[in-house]
Amino acid sequence: MKFKFKGLLSTAIAIASGVMVLLGYFFTVPALVNVRIELVNWAVILAAFAIFVGVVNLLAVHGNKVRRKEKGRFYSFILVISLFATLILGLALRPEHPTVAALFDSVQLPVEASLMAVLAVTLTYASIRLLRRRLNLVGVVFLVTALLILLGAAPLPFFGDIPILSDVVRPFLTQVLAVGGARGLLIGVALGTLTIGLRILFGAERPYGGK
Amino acid sequence: MIWVGLAGFAVVLFTAGLMLGLSFLRRKSAPAFRDLPAFARLRQAVGRVVEDGTRLHVSLGRGGLTTPQGAAALAGLGMLRRLADLTSASDQPPVATSGDSAIAILSQDTLQSSFQTITPGAAFDITAGRLAGLTPFSYAAGTLPVMHDENVSATLLMGNFGVEAALLTDAAERTNTYLLAASDNLPAQAVLYASAPDALIGEELFAAQAYNGGGPLHSASLTVQDILRWLLIAVLLAGAALKLAGFL
Repeated sequence: MKFKFKGLLSTAIAIASGVMVLLGYFFTVPALVNVRIELVNWAVILAAFAIFVGVVNLLAVHGNKVRRKEKGRFYSFILVISLFATLILGLALRPEHPTVAALFDSVQLPVEASLMAVLAVTLTYASIRLLRRRLNLVGVVFLVTALLILLGAAPLPFFGDIPILSDVVRPFLTQVLAVGGARGLLIGVALGTLTIGLRILFGAERPYGGK
Repeated sequence: MIWVGLAGFAVVLFTAGLMLGLSFLRRKSAPAFRDLPAFARLRQAVGRVVEDGTRLHVSLGRGGLTTPQGAAALAGLGMLRRLADLTSASDQPPVATSGDSAIAILSQDTLQSSFQTITPGAAFDITAGRLAGLTPFSYAAGTLPVMHDENVSATLLMGNFGVEAALLTDAAERTNTYLLAASDNLPAQAVLYASAPDALIGEELFAAQAYNGGGPLHSASLTVQDILRWLLIAVLLAGAALKLAGFL
């Protein structure tokens, strides 16, 4: 009974907050706008505090891995040590200190850049396998379009830009067909966003627990 | 400015009215959907998770609740709830990863709620809902070990991802894991189309719950999306015709 009441209360608060924020966006009545700004500020403060909770969660996951001697525990150990070292240095020296900035520039940036390089190889491999996975007209069109845009964008050694492909075909594909398709997809996503927002306002969807 | 607000409110009110009206009219009839084979394969994969005693992994992306990308994460959370209800009784309960702290907390809440409904009194492991990383690549790097090391046999990527999602689809292929992927991000959709065995494009992301045991309001919302899309097409065509005729 207590559980059910808790669920009802959280649903009622979520719906009321959502309706007030929505009305505050559409109507510039000072009272509504003030309530909207206040509620959004609360959400921002909670989101900021959630980062702290998230870091504790990350620590718990990897701490458990080390404690239970699970597979990959060495990497988890490195993560825990790095987390504490960065936290202590950041608190002691402040994030803008050259040592802390250098630590970020020499660890985080190269690691992310190397993952980007791995991603380039992964995408090339995926495009090669595309026809094996999707041997249909759309798959062929997708691959041919990608090849035409690559050829049109990357100038050949000694020749430079490829005539027609670089001047006519590539701009037509990227600025007419791709933009049209992208707008269609974005309209679909926007309509989906609108309906999911309304489903939450109606209480048909409750991402805050409870049944 | 007032008119813009009023017009926006009218669109929301019209959509809400249509959704409520259609869900009331169709409350007793079975919904009819366009065939999306990806969802049938997802159901089979979820069935195998329970039979094999393996684990389901749901990755909710990097969309924050206070950003426009939050809607995709909310769609992912809805699917997490449905799939957790089906797999929480399995030997290994599902695991959820995300790149936003608030979504990570909500995923823990969702998994806990589902777990306690199915196995009342049993201890829930709160680390089943995890923050994998806060930047795009740290999120991907934090999610990869879950797919490799935690006996996962089905993965659902549903939320806001960038092109880094290709690293996750590659991991799924290497570990012979079933994968269904959906993102609201356009470059990610292109990447997922090329690299994932089952990818949802455009608004299909928001249709997932209607296809997987949603209520009348879920199926009504799909019909409303179709109606609004046709209305928008009519408005766009009328605008183009008026411009061609020199009225605009």
